[in-house]
Order: sequence, then structure tokens, then C-alpha cells
Amino acid sequence: MRVLAAMSGGVDSAVAAARAVAAGHEVVGVHLALSAKPGTLRTGARGCCTVEDAHDARRAADVLGIPFYVWDFAERFTEEVIEDFVAEYAAGRTPNPCLRCNEKIKFEALLDKAVALGFDAVCTGHYAQLSVVDGRPELRRSVDEGKDQSYVLASLTSDQLRHAMFPLGDTVKEQVRAEAEQRGLSVADKPDSHDICFIPDGDTRGFLSDRLGERDGLLVDDETGAVLGRHTGVHGFTVGQRKGLGIDAPAGDGRPRYVLALEPVSGTVRVGAAEKLAVTGITATHPVVPVMWHGPVECVAQVRAHGGTAPAVAELIGDEVLVSLREPLRGVAPGQAVVLYRPDQAGDLVLGSATIATTR
Amino acid sequence: MAYLDHAATTPMLPVAVAAMTEALSTLGNASSLHTSGRRARRAVEEAREDLADALGARPSEVIFTAGGTESDNLAVKGIYWARERPRVLSSTVEHHAVLDAVEWLGGTGAQVGWLDADESGRITPQRLAEAIGSAPEEVALATVMWANNEVGTVNEVRELAEVAAAHGVPLHTDAVQAVGSVPVSFAESGAAALTLSAHKLGGPYGVGALLLRRDVKCTPLLHGGGQERDVRSGTLNVPAVIGMAAAVRASVSEDKAHIAALREDLVAAVRHAVPDAVYNGDPVHRLPGNAHFTFPGCEGDSLLMLLDAKGIECSTGSACTAGVAQPSHVLLAMGVDAATARGSLRFSLGHNSTAQDVAELAAAIGPAVERARNAGLAGMRRRTSSSVRV
Repeated sequence: MRVLAAMSGGVDSAVAAARAVAAGHEVVGVHLALSAKPGTLRTGARGCCTVEDAHDARRAADVLGIPFYVWDFAERFTEEVIEDFVAEYAAGRTPNPCLRCNEKIKFEALLDKAVALGFDAVCTGHYAQLSVVDGRPELRRSVDEGKDQSYVLASLTSDQLRHAMFPLGDTVKEQVRAEAEQRGLSVADKPDSHDICFIPDGDTRGFLSDRLGERDGLLVDDETGAVLGRHTGVHGFTVGQRKGLGIDAPAGDGRPRYVLALEPVSGTVRVGAAEKLAVTGITATHPVVPVMWHGPVECVAQVRAHGGTAPAVAELIGDEVLVSLREPLRGVAPGQAVVLYRPDQAGDLVLGSATIATTR
Repeated sequence: MAYLDHAATTPMLPVAVAAMTEALSTLGNASSLHTSGRRARRAVEEAREDLADALGARPSEVIFTAGGTESDNLAVKGIYWARERPRVLSSTVEHHAVLDAVEWLGGTGAQVGWLDADESGRITPQRLAEAIGSAPEEVALATVMWANNEVGTVNEVRELAEVAAAHGVPLHTDAVQAVGSVPVSFAESGAAALTLSAHKLGGPYGVGALLLRRDVKCTPLLHGGGQERDVRSGTLNVPAVIGMAAAVRASVSEDKAHIAALREDLVAAVRHAVPDAVYNGDPVHRLPGNAHFTFPGCEGDSLLMLLDAKGIECSTGSACTAGVAQPSHVLLAMGVDAATARGSLRFSLGHNSTAQDVAELAAAIGPAVERARNAGLAGMRRRTSSSVRV
């Protein structure tokens, strides 16, 4: 096959590309430039789109002996990921930009271009298992449960998955690093990336305030309706958040308070006790269901990128997914994806994904 | 394998390799006073005389540097600093070595006057005269390239220098692409300063020169041992200087008619394969080896990759550190919109180009453009999320 390897400059995508080469594919490496001004993104080893990262990707391609190019996706990334990120927060939701980037950039903008240029697949260093059964792609959790990234890939459609290649799904991270070392890839020891690549200092609230300005509102006790304080924008909050609420007086019962709900129109942030975060029902929209299922299905639901799983029953009704959780989950934020898995010895199988709209 | 990127760099001429190789195994610091030093100094001065002779300059006007970028920076900053006048005039289509130096000066307080190019990339003498305007005494220098590195348009440097000289303004010209490709005489041009780079004309990397008239004051960028008229300190790179002089002498004496003829074949072949390709720049007053096209609906990086896979090497514009293809500032200055500018390629021929190179491009360009157009359309497509996706 002709394979286009997306190379971030990190160890995972480098080893993924190496495995594609070793499998006998004709591989071309591409680094996506996602910022119009690379120097303004974070420096050091934490990001995925600095000049340094492009250099590291280039050096890995040199070692693999494959052609390498840098393609500019900055405009598309800004439109589809950064602007969406800001708009979602402004609407009181909590988006996952990595998921959005996979869906709109790596496996739409890049994949479309790659296919048109004659490539059969786009290869990335994501930790997820992908196989094709009876012509249908099946996405499963990585064997490295700690690194599993099936959550941020679950919104890919069957068509997108048919052109995807995740060579690391059957391997744990330590082995990937060891393999990088063996293959002479200098990124073997490079630290993992964290956080959000377009927010260099990790200050999401500051990033959003720069773009959305101050939108004053009230912090309200969900139970009593008492005004507990003021804030400068609902975009500074996420459901389930405890720190940084800016409330001086402790709660009457002395227990910590959490963000329960965001009301962007009135600018109200509702706070309350931990147990009120518990959610047993989720309504989610924009479903992607690569595996067909009818009627209620027993599954495990995951509501954020790391952790947050519970046994559940899910049902597709019209264009909505209704999820009843058998055990309550806390910190279920509208805007995040709910991903449904069927437990499986070979790695839990992704049944579908949808965007959390409301909870109860 | 077809190397069509001679404007980026061109193979060293055998005569330059021979001269440089011999010098590499010869000991001597040209600033030393003993026998070895004198021998090195003699070799450098002979190279200086050769280079000056080939380019219509006096030996004392030759300042050896580490390349085109250094020469451009030295001329632009050094003359501005030495003349202590507020304005710098620069064309908008300069190489970044000039453009960024001028913009940097702007950041330190200089008033920058931009000279707009016409749609072929040329700067007219009228435009320069307007920019000098009624206050020539305020102008520290004007800088206009001899020939454009992207679209190949050749300026009338003598006319530009006449306008500048009439107002007492020194003109610097970046002739990196011109020397060795079109006739260049420093004296006849009337320019106050002229930049050249060795590796663009068959010499080694990392060496160049600034031809600087004796009456033009220039503050050094590099301070130290006082070499090169005290304008450019640093131990001379003797083998590189010798290699450069050999390359300059050989390249200016070579007839360029065969390169221009090959270029015409290339242009005809591309137009035949891609009838709507736009040939940029001036069809007549251009570098003999340059052919620059815009391919509507294509992205240059797609085309470059497809051609590279066929063994055909060309350029999307001037290379950039991160390797990201930005729309060319030259095309934007010529009035081309950003999307169209992205779909451009430069093919450049040189001393060892052959009809076979052109034939390989002729066979590959049509299918590559067709495929890149599909990729361009795919890139525009945005999926609307239907209610349920599978």
C-alpha cells in the first residue's frame, strides 16, 4: 500500500511510521504545520507543532529513509479546531480538541488530500486497535489501557477508518520506546505531549478570556439559589470542576463545592455538593455508529478521555443516543463525547460515539 | 532524475572544485606575515582581482563575505547606519535577506518606503523617483534586486542607479541570481553596492561577496581583526574564495543561449500539457534558466511531492526554515491572490541541464497537475455532519 505517515515529531508517530515501512508499505512522512507562526506555539518537548517538533519528525524520516514534507494545515486547524474550541466553551460546553482534530484534520482534511494524491491510508501513532471484519472496520481499545486513545478516534466513520492505520494498538508504550531506541530514532526518550497543543502555557482560562473577553456572571448555590460570588465568564468553568471557583466563604456544611451546570445565556454557574454531580442518564447528539446495533444495547460508556466509565444501556432513537448508566458517573460535561464499548477479551470494541448534550 | 532547481543551488563547476581542492591542502592564514601567510594572501588577492575583472569592478571594491545573506545584511544595515539618514527604500519583491533586514531596521526606527513591483515583478525607475520624492537628503539607501529569485524578472539596474545617483542616493542591488546568468558589470551598472553568492553560480557554499564602491561608507556588522577594508572582520576562507573566483570567471564567460533555449522548450512543454498554466514574470526580460508557473486549482506542495516521487526536483518558492510553503510574497506583491499563489512552482535550469531533464518534466507535469487538482478539490471539501453517521 501507499501510506502517508502523519509524523508529529514524537516517539509514537515515528515508531508507527517505522512499522509501516517494516511491513513493506511505500511510506511518505508528513508533518502537519498547525500554527501559522510556529514560534508562537510552545517550545520544548511538550507540544506537537513547534519548529523543533518538525525537525524531530524530519530526523525520524531520515532514519527511516522515507521522503518527508511539511504540509500547512494552519488555516484549516484554526477554523475547525481552535474556533470550534472557543465557541463550544462560550456555549457552556467542554469540547475535546484532540477528538475534533482527529475527526476534521487528520482523518478528513489530511486523509482527503492523501487519497486524492494516490495514497491508500493515513498512518498515525495512536494507541488503538483497528481491524477489518467482513469489510467493516472494528476499532478497539489499545492493549496498553493506560495509553488507550480509542476515545478520541471513536467519532471516525467507517469510511475514515478504512483508510486509517494505527500500528501501535497491540503494543505498550514502554515497548514502543524500546523499539524506537533499537531503530535508532532519537525521539525514543522524548517526553509525552500533554494538554492542548495550541495553548502553550496550559492556561486554558486565559486563552479563552483573551478571545471571548469578560462576560460577567454569577456563581449560584444550586440548592438555595444564593449568590456566592461573581465570575468573568462561564468559559472559565467545566462541569465537575472544584478548584478556582473563587468563593471566599466555605459552604454551610463545610464540604467542598463543585460546578454542577453552566448557563451561558444568563452567565450563571451553578455549584453544589459532590453527590449532585452524579449522572445516570445522558442524551447525546451527532452519533457515529460504525457497528450496527438496534434497540437497547448493553455496553460500557466512557464520558471523557481518561477514566469515567460505567456499565450502561444505550439506545439509538432518531438522531439521538440515550444512555442509561447502571452506576452513576460524576463530572459528565456537555460537549464531551460519550463513547460506547462492548467489553471484549481482544480489546473493548467501539460500538459508537456521540456528543453529550444533556445529562440527568 | 531531473534537477530543475538550479536557482536554489547549482552543482559546483569542475574548475572551481579543482581550484578549491588544491587550496584546501595549502596552509596559510592570509593575515599572517610569514611565508605561508603571504602565499595565502597572494592567492586571495589574485582571486579578488579575477572576480573584480569578471564583474567590472576594481579589486579594492570586493569584500569577501560568508554568502548572499551576509552581503545583503551588510549593505542594507551598514550603509543605513553609516549615512545616518532616516529613510530606507526597498522593493517589495526582494529576497528575505534584504526584506527582513529592512523590516528589522524599520523596527529600530528607520522609515521604510516600499517600492511596489508591477505585475511582472519589475521595479520601474519612475517608481523609484517617486519614492525618493522631494526629500532625497532623507534617504540613506535604496535597494532593488538585479533579478528576482522566484519569477526571474530582470530589472534595469542601470536606469534605477541613474535615478538614485541623480538624487545622491546609493543603490544596493542583490545580484545573487543575476551573476553568472546575465551580463553584470558593477561599474557600468552605477550601483553603489552589489551582492553575489558563490553557490548559485557553480562555486562553493558559504562564501559570497559585496562589491562596495570606495566612496560609499558602510558600518561593519562584524568587528574584529579588521580584514576586508575594516568592513568585514574575520579570517578569510581562502579555499572558498579561490573556488568562488574560479566559478565566477567560468560562469560569466559561458554562453547562456543553450540554457535559454532549453527553458523555451520547457515552457512550451508545460503549456502543452497544462494549457491553463500561467507563466509568471516577464516573458522577455528574465533569467535564462527561470520558468515560473501558477497551476490553477493546485497546491504547490502537492505538485512538488508528486514530481519529487517521479525524480523531478523543483521549488514552490523560496525555502523556509520550518519547511512550510507560505504563499510567495513576490507573487502577492505582483497582485496574485494568496490561494492562486500557493499553486505555483519554479523550475530553474543551469549549466548541466539537458533536454532529457525537460523531457522528463514534459511527461510528468500533466498527470501531476490533474492529480493535484483532485487533491485541491478534496481539500476544499467539508463534510456536513448528517444526523447519524456510520
